[in-house]
Amino acid sequence: MRHMIAALCAATASGLALAALAEPDDQSLAVDGVELVTEIKASDEHPLDMLYSGWRFRTDETQALQTDDFDNPAFIFVEQAVDAWDTVEGEAGKSCAECHGAVEESMKGVRAGMPKWDAEAGEVWSVENFVNRCRTERMQAEPWKWDKADMNAMAALIGLQSRGMPVDVDVSGPAEPWFKRGEEMYYTRYGQLELSCASCHEENYGNMIRADHLSQGHINGFPTYRLKNTKLNSVHGRFKGCIRDTRAHTFKPGSEEFRALELYVAWRGEGLAVETPSVRQ
Amino acid sequence: MAKVKPRVKVPKKAQVGDVITIKSLISHPMESGQRKDKKTGELIPRKIINKFVATFNGEMVVDFDLDPAVSANPYFQFDMTVPEAGTIRFEWTDDDGTVYDIEKEIKIG
Amino acid sequence: MELTRRDALLLGAGAVAASVLPQPLFAAEPTLDELIAAFTEGAEVKDGGVDIGAPEIAENGNTVPVDVSAEGATSILLLAGGNPSPGVATFHFGKLAVPSASTRIRLAQTQDIVAVAKLSDGSYVKASRAVKVTIGGCGG
Repeated sequence: MRHMIAALCAATASGLALAALAEPDDQSLAVDGVELVTEIKASDEHPLDMLYSGWRFRTDETQALQTDDFDNPAFIFVEQAVDAWDTVEGEAGKSCAECHGAVEESMKGVRAGMPKWDAEAGEVWSVENFVNRCRTERMQAEPWKWDKADMNAMAALIGLQSRGMPVDVDVSGPAEPWFKRGEEMYYTRYGQLELSCASCHEENYGNMIRADHLSQGHINGFPTYRLKNTKLNSVHGRFKGCIRDTRAHTFKPGSEEFRALELYVAWRGEGLAVETPSVRQ
Repeated sequence: MAKVKPRVKVPKKAQVGDVITIKSLISHPMESGQRKDKKTGELIPRKIINKFVATFNGEMVVDFDLDPAVSANPYFQFDMTVPEAGTIRFEWTDDDGTVYDIEKEIKIG
Repeated sequence: MELTRRDALLLGAGAVAASVLPQPLFAAEPTLDELIAAFTEGAEVKDGGVDIGAPEIAENGNTVPVDVSAEGATSILLLAGGNPSPGVATFHFGKLAVPSASTRIRLAQTQDIVAVAKLSDGSYVKASRAVKVTIGGCGG
């Protein structure tokens, strides 16, 4: 079944050689003049040799949208989250800013280490879990839904405060079983098409799947603004889309399964710069 | 729906006669009127920004008439010559009659 | 832009994808020619004199960066004949503006986009440019 992609590509490309495609481009990414690492040698235990940001697999025009924060439409939503950060909500009469102060200070570096083990919850938590703990416990407000506009905007604002920092997640200790579970999911073939994450993003990155140039599937740029749906898309939203595209019954955004997968996939991108909020096709 | 928020990028300062680049972006779904509601099968009514106008000290700089083929979160970029210090005003007109606006000062120096 | 092997493949893919798209029928919409005639009030239109900047291959037809410019233009009409409704925008330029504009547009399929400029002497010029629109493998 792993040959399905190749077959699809060959059919679409009228039999042209695939080997020539197996490379990301050689552009370097600077956002408003600040360089971001989009290529790095993987650690010894990593199944890949070189890691490339998804940005490197996009066309020049798509890439350009991420090089200037004004041109990047994701900032529409980041600005909405800036307002939300200062907005008092819930019974406790608090805003994010009341406890956390300036987002630029308090959230710096947070995204680079996400998801992470939370001892109180006894689980690996994503940024969204922490946001909702604040909302329900400290603010006594309604939780936000995963992969919806408010949550994705706040995750983008928080993520932006780590932009340029290397992804560096803790997969040891109590997080290890989550990591192992995520790894197992990564190599599990889902759906009628029997595709695993690895089928596309490890074995075929650089190749075309129909008209899409397959990346290594890193999540260092999430939430990401997609040209396709003109809004922010969360990591779990993308996972759901991928699994759905294999014609499988998918997991839910926020589920244990997706948090485990997020931890493992974040680890696969260790050393790449956080690009949040990125722009993709 | 989240509130509509216009953004513009205008140099704060310029010399008389300088050509400056102006960028604008507004959050808006640009509902084309051609899509169907997935649940009901009914056409979703058109709701777009149909006009974007920039004026400098009251004089028209650009006036763009827009159709549904303009992407969601409409982006416009144009260049203008700065004749003097003044105020550049931007207006986006929604199909529902709402006008979103923002103003920026350009100083000489 | 140089046509790389990757681009050539994308191009092929785009053509295949476009050929299987259903062609929408909107009888009431004015055609491309009718929109041009309305803009020029029937005047003669010369080829050339308008620059259209657009990707050869758009990764997603929902957001395609496009720029148009024409020396001495007071207005530029931008059209996408391959869309269900060909109108995109009409850019009017005042005296302070450089006659050029950039925006992002929707293209329903691979097609030629057309720009017609009205020049300050009252004459009209036009140009077109092909844009391949690809359908993403994971876009569904």
